[in-house]
Amino acid sequence: MFKKKSTQQLTVKSLTHVEPARLELEHVTVGYNGAPALKDVSLQIPHGARVAVVGPNGAGKSTLFKALVGLLPIQKGHILVHGLPLGDHQDCVAYVPQREEVDWRFPATVQDVVLMGRFGQLGWFKRPTERDRQLAAQSLEQMGIVHLANTAIGDLSGGQQQRVFLARALAQQPHILLMDEPFTGVDAATQEITLSLLEQLEVQQVTILVSTHDLKLAAERFKQVLLLNRRLISYGTPEEVFTPMSLNQAFGGKILFLPGGGVVVDECCPPEETIL
Amino acid sequence: MLEWLIDPLTYGFMQRGLMASLIVGILCSVIGCYVVLRSMAFLGDALAHAILPGVAIAYLLGGNLLIGALIAAILVALGIGFFSNQGALREDTAIGILFAAALSLGVVLISSIKTYAVDLTHILFGNILGVSVADLWLTGILSLVVLGTIFLLYKEFLVITFDPVLAATMRLPAQLLRNLMLILLSFTVVVSLQTVGVGLVVAMLVTPGATAYLLTRRLPSMMLVSAGFGIISSLAGLYFSYYANVASGAAIVLTATAIFLLVFMIAPQRGVIWQHVRSGRSLS
Repeated sequence: MFKKKSTQQLTVKSLTHVEPARLELEHVTVGYNGAPALKDVSLQIPHGARVAVVGPNGAGKSTLFKALVGLLPIQKGHILVHGLPLGDHQDCVAYVPQREEVDWRFPATVQDVVLMGRFGQLGWFKRPTERDRQLAAQSLEQMGIVHLANTAIGDLSGGQQQRVFLARALAQQPHILLMDEPFTGVDAATQEITLSLLEQLEVQQVTILVSTHDLKLAAERFKQVLLLNRRLISYGTPEEVFTPMSLNQAFGGKILFLPGGGVVVDECCPPEETIL
Repeated sequence: MLEWLIDPLTYGFMQRGLMASLIVGILCSVIGCYVVLRSMAFLGDALAHAILPGVAIAYLLGGNLLIGALIAAILVALGIGFFSNQGALREDTAIGILFAAALSLGVVLISSIKTYAVDLTHILFGNILGVSVADLWLTGILSLVVLGTIFLLYKEFLVITFDPVLAATMRLPAQLLRNLMLILLSFTVVVSLQTVGVGLVVAMLVTPGATAYLLTRRLPSMMLVSAGFGIISSLAGLYFSYYANVASGAAIVLTATAIFLLVFMIAPQRGVIWQHVRSGRSLS
């Protein structure tokens, strides 16, 4: 058994130099003691893919993300990053939370929050170095919020809040970027800056998973779509995923197929998912 | 004026009392910032009351009261973690059960002592004029440990407080850090026992931190301003108690409360008056 593990690690180690981040789920079931929020999900996301994660409320989109950062216990199955179990890598995954999840009354400035993105690579007791500050400053610049560096996070608008957490994710220099509903309740300019950032990161071969309720956006701006409803319904290109059958499986009675090929889903701007 | 300030310090017990209340003022206000931001006020109060049986046992055995208190506080802090980590109980429920049980055990033990009323009063409300040199040493050492840990683990405590998800992606041991915070809080509560007593510790933990919160925009400045209010409250309260001949712990807490109320009214941005003016302006 030990021998097997070591050979596996060897092949993987050599892979990581070539391949930035490959994400594999093998029969993953996530949830607390009761009914699992996600059941038996198996999929392989190649490095540098840009994936929209869609599904109805409570489909397990946030649950999937929280399992990927190690915040929820995995009941069954494995999650592998670079072919290694979750937890073998530090700082590989960056997570942009839903804005509702952040305590905006916390006493911190924009710069404080973005600099936190560097903490993961510092190790215990260490303080941020000049280089960390530079990287944070670059991220602020990239998101167009340098002028807000010393603003308290409580004084920001919705779009600015979004950009702060995007800047922090950039400062983390992640291999895998998870974004929970980044397009809900932000202005058009922030949506565009977010999307262009995703395109830029795709060039850098960062693997990106974005959950969204906006099926149109998912179809038009993403090359891969992951359709969930407590289990994996479908994964592939938008053309492959957005079929009447799959949409029916995911959204059930909430979906209406219009004559002429249109689709209406009765669930666009819902109350936030109640996630553990 | 100067005489008025120096006069009390000619007494050794006042010097020691002043030192102790200054240290406690700083310590409580700094860790109190985390108590405020992490909504741990109930936990702090519970820890304070839960040290009663430790104090009582130490008293009965003739040992050092502070060490008895420290052992009890750590046991209860870890006990709360144990009961709530099982997932069956919410944390505040676990706190409520342990807190009341420990307090009752303490009262039962103390009521077996002859000078019951006097001793209980000292423990509940502090006995700042009874601080010994040994107490002062222990207070100083425990305070250095707590403040040093908060300084060294500033980054880690900041992340688990502000963003538990980021902490998870950083693979920080959240449970370990949480327990460490509880132990630091236990140290603080024990040190405060002499000055404000178990009944009023929570005020020293929460009030200066809440006052600073209204005035600052960053955690480090919140801690500094909070420490400043802790110092002012301790000094002013102690002198007030000396000249008005009232209980010192309560005087310190009332001073801190007076400062809080003042700031709550006049603080820029978050104060009542400021918000009133701003809402009036936006209407017109």
